[in-house]
Amino acid sequence: MKNPYTIVILTENHIGLLHRVVTVFTRLRLNIESIAASESQFEGVHRYTLVIHETEENAQKVVKQLEKQIEVIKASFFREAELIYREIALYKLSMARVLENEKINSVLHQHDARILLIKNEFVIVEKTGTKIETQALYEALEPYEILEFVRSGRVALTPASDEILEAFRHLQRQQDDPLVIEEKRYACTAPSAN
Amino acid sequence: MTTQAAKIIYDEEPGSPPSKISGAQAVMEALVREKAEIIFGYPGGAIMPVYDALYSYQDRITHVMTRHEQGAVHAAQGFARATGAVGVCIATSGPGATNLITGLADAYMDSTPLVCITGQVASPLLGTDAFQETDIIGISLPVTKWNYQVRCADEIPHILSKAFYIARSGRPGPVLVDIAKDAQFAATAPIDKSVAFIRSYQPKPDVNYDLLKEAAALINRSERPFILFGQGVILGKAETEFRRFVEKSGIPAAWTLLGASALDSDHPLNVGMLGMHGNYAPNLLTNACDLLIALGMRFDDRVTGDVKRYAQKAAVIHIDIDASELNKVVTADVPIHGDLKQALPELTHWVEEGTHTEWVNRFAGLYQEERVSVIDPELFPSKPGLTMGEVVRRISERTNGDAIVVTDVGQHQMVAGRYFRFKESKNLITSGGLGTMGFGLPAGIGAKLGRPEKTVITIIGDGGFQMTLQELGTILQTGVALKIVILNNNFLGMVRQWQELFFEGRYSSTEMVNPDFVTIATGYHIKAEKVTRRSQLDRAIDNLLEHDGPCLLEAVVEKEDNVFPMVPAGASVSEVRLT
Ligand SMILES: Cc1ncc(C[n+]2csc(CCOP(=O)(O)OP(=O)(O)O)c2C)c(N)n1
Repeated sequence: MKNPYTIVILTENHIGLLHRVVTVFTRLRLNIESIAASESQFEGVHRYTLVIHETEENAQKVVKQLEKQIEVIKASFFREAELIYREIALYKLSMARVLENEKINSVLHQHDARILLIKNEFVIVEKTGTKIETQALYEALEPYEILEFVRSGRVALTPASDEILEAFRHLQRQQDDPLVIEEKRYACTAPSAN
Repeated sequence: MTTQAAKIIYDEEPGSPPSKISGAQAVMEALVREKAEIIFGYPGGAIMPVYDALYSYQDRITHVMTRHEQGAVHAAQGFARATGAVGVCIATSGPGATNLITGLADAYMDSTPLVCITGQVASPLLGTDAFQETDIIGISLPVTKWNYQVRCADEIPHILSKAFYIARSGRPGPVLVDIAKDAQFAATAPIDKSVAFIRSYQPKPDVNYDLLKEAAALINRSERPFILFGQGVILGKAETEFRRFVEKSGIPAAWTLLGASALDSDHPLNVGMLGMHGNYAPNLLTNACDLLIALGMRFDDRVTGDVKRYAQKAAVIHIDIDASELNKVVTADVPIHGDLKQALPELTHWVEEGTHTEWVNRFAGLYQEERVSVIDPELFPSKPGLTMGEVVRRISERTNGDAIVVTDVGQHQMVAGRYFRFKESKNLITSGGLGTMGFGLPAGIGAKLGRPEKTVITIIGDGGFQMTLQELGTILQTGVALKIVILNNNFLGMVRQWQELFFEGRYSSTEMVNPDFVTIATGYHIKAEKVTRRSQLDRAIDNLLEHDGPCLLEAVVEKEDNVFPMVPAGASVSEVRLT
């Protein structure tokens, strides 16, 4: 049975790693529903959050294949109930339509959204929530003519599991290990400007 | 772009690495440090500084120039598989680098440790479609264990050391390091320590001893246990530990093609080869055993046939160093992530001494059936034409099994695997996972250069020989004493067999009009002989083996022989056919 699974990956921050990570998914023909990647709480370590709609068996396989990549520090998958997750959505609405219809404020209030920017021609609204919530707002805003819409990939924390936390703790403990210091000394930095 | 030639500044004791060197020299220093004494390659524009540096290291590093980069990478593979060390090959950017891909893919599938070094256009030119620029990092990514593009000289010493460490540790595999030309020219300093640690990489898993105990309990309870072993035994250097386990437990053991030679062919508990053209008994009895003990193998589809109808009555214990292999194809009751060298002694300790006489006899009984209908007619034929099997049998007898056999891909490969009697580990070198035609000749060159004291015999089909026959030039130039046996059936035999069996005999593009192989070899000043009749065979094989130097034997064999037993693609191992 297919379900949404969120895959959290911690990697070294090296050029080309996103490519390697994505290749693992494409080889298994897994469609990535959403992806978010940025530096984690730990310097030099990147955190990826990916969502797939798949069988648990495939989620398990992809995680093992990811962990096999040399620069992947940790990969885990989580079921929806194990996560707190959010996406951010931005909506650009036609000012003319907003002016025509005064109910906009109550719509935004109802959906716990806020206005980010007001210009003569348009208004930009921001909403943070699950995909269902940002989608609901999308539908509610349709009467205001959505000129542009964008939704980010999911970011997630894992209150039901200490796996990720433990990985960070492990990295922390390793910090003073001479081997890690040695590795850092040679850490492949970005190419010199030559 | 920098053009100044690399200058060596020796300011310390002769013999010790210079403190200030060019990137290209740093490459050489890394090779010396990693004891890569024989390397393979082919020069070109973007790798010229490395070749220039090599010129001053000829006393420490032997570079074998092949005739094609594919030849270089296969030779490096043959070298690695014969010696257990990391194979090294070098190529230029663009076409030189792309010519390595088949070998990288082959090495990735077959877990062969390689470090491939490619030249790249100078870093300011990257991304500009410069002459002979290609994104080899992107292209090689799915077929390398790791790859990296070096853009400044200071990275070279450390990255190369890391490359060797990654290639050889854990489940071995190929690594590619792409070095921009300006980085080869620029100055740097060698490192004083080799890399032996990467925080994100754990090559040696901690074996779970509780699981091993659990596995042993399963083994002790089982009535019809069956061991399947793969190349993991060889790569893990665990042949001795493995034999002890087999002998103490008394469990029959069968091998994958790449596991061949990890246990000698004549061992009483060695019940033969698994898979599509493996032996009758191990295929058939896979569905009769009550416990599969899979060691260092990955349940390739050529081994399992239809997985849904595979080992249906069996519980499964699977030990592998690569966690992603566990539960990938066959779900294990006891999956154990670990190194066989460490896990097997513990498992052996916990298993009870056993003899499974009745069960082992079932293998023997089925072997007799196979022998009568397949093996004897193949090894001792009464028909006029030569069979591949009798050629292999003669070679096996005349060498007394003391030889490294390298094969290409096709019928002859299966026949060589089935009928050569292996005595020593690492004595079968063959392209398993990728099934790369053209592998045999260059891999044979690499194997012989790696193990010059051994007889190395490459057995090749007429089709595969013509895929990389330019490497006869490498043999000519190096004088490497490789023995080449072409089993010539004037067909792409394995494909023809499938056409006969599954495509109503429609021989679409499989019949070959061949050149005179003896003339070709002679053109390269390689001694060569051709046999067509049984009466000539023994003498010819003696000539081949006794000749002091490289030698080629073409044996013209029956055109339309088939390899049996066979598990047709998609069929269950129970449906293994003897005819
Ligand atoms: C590079 C490559 N191309 C195609 C194939 C498909 N293939 C597998 S076996 C085979 C026939 C090999 O013929 P030959 O080398 O004459 O050996 P034989 O089977 O006759 O022993 C072919 C074409 C392959 N394995 N590798």
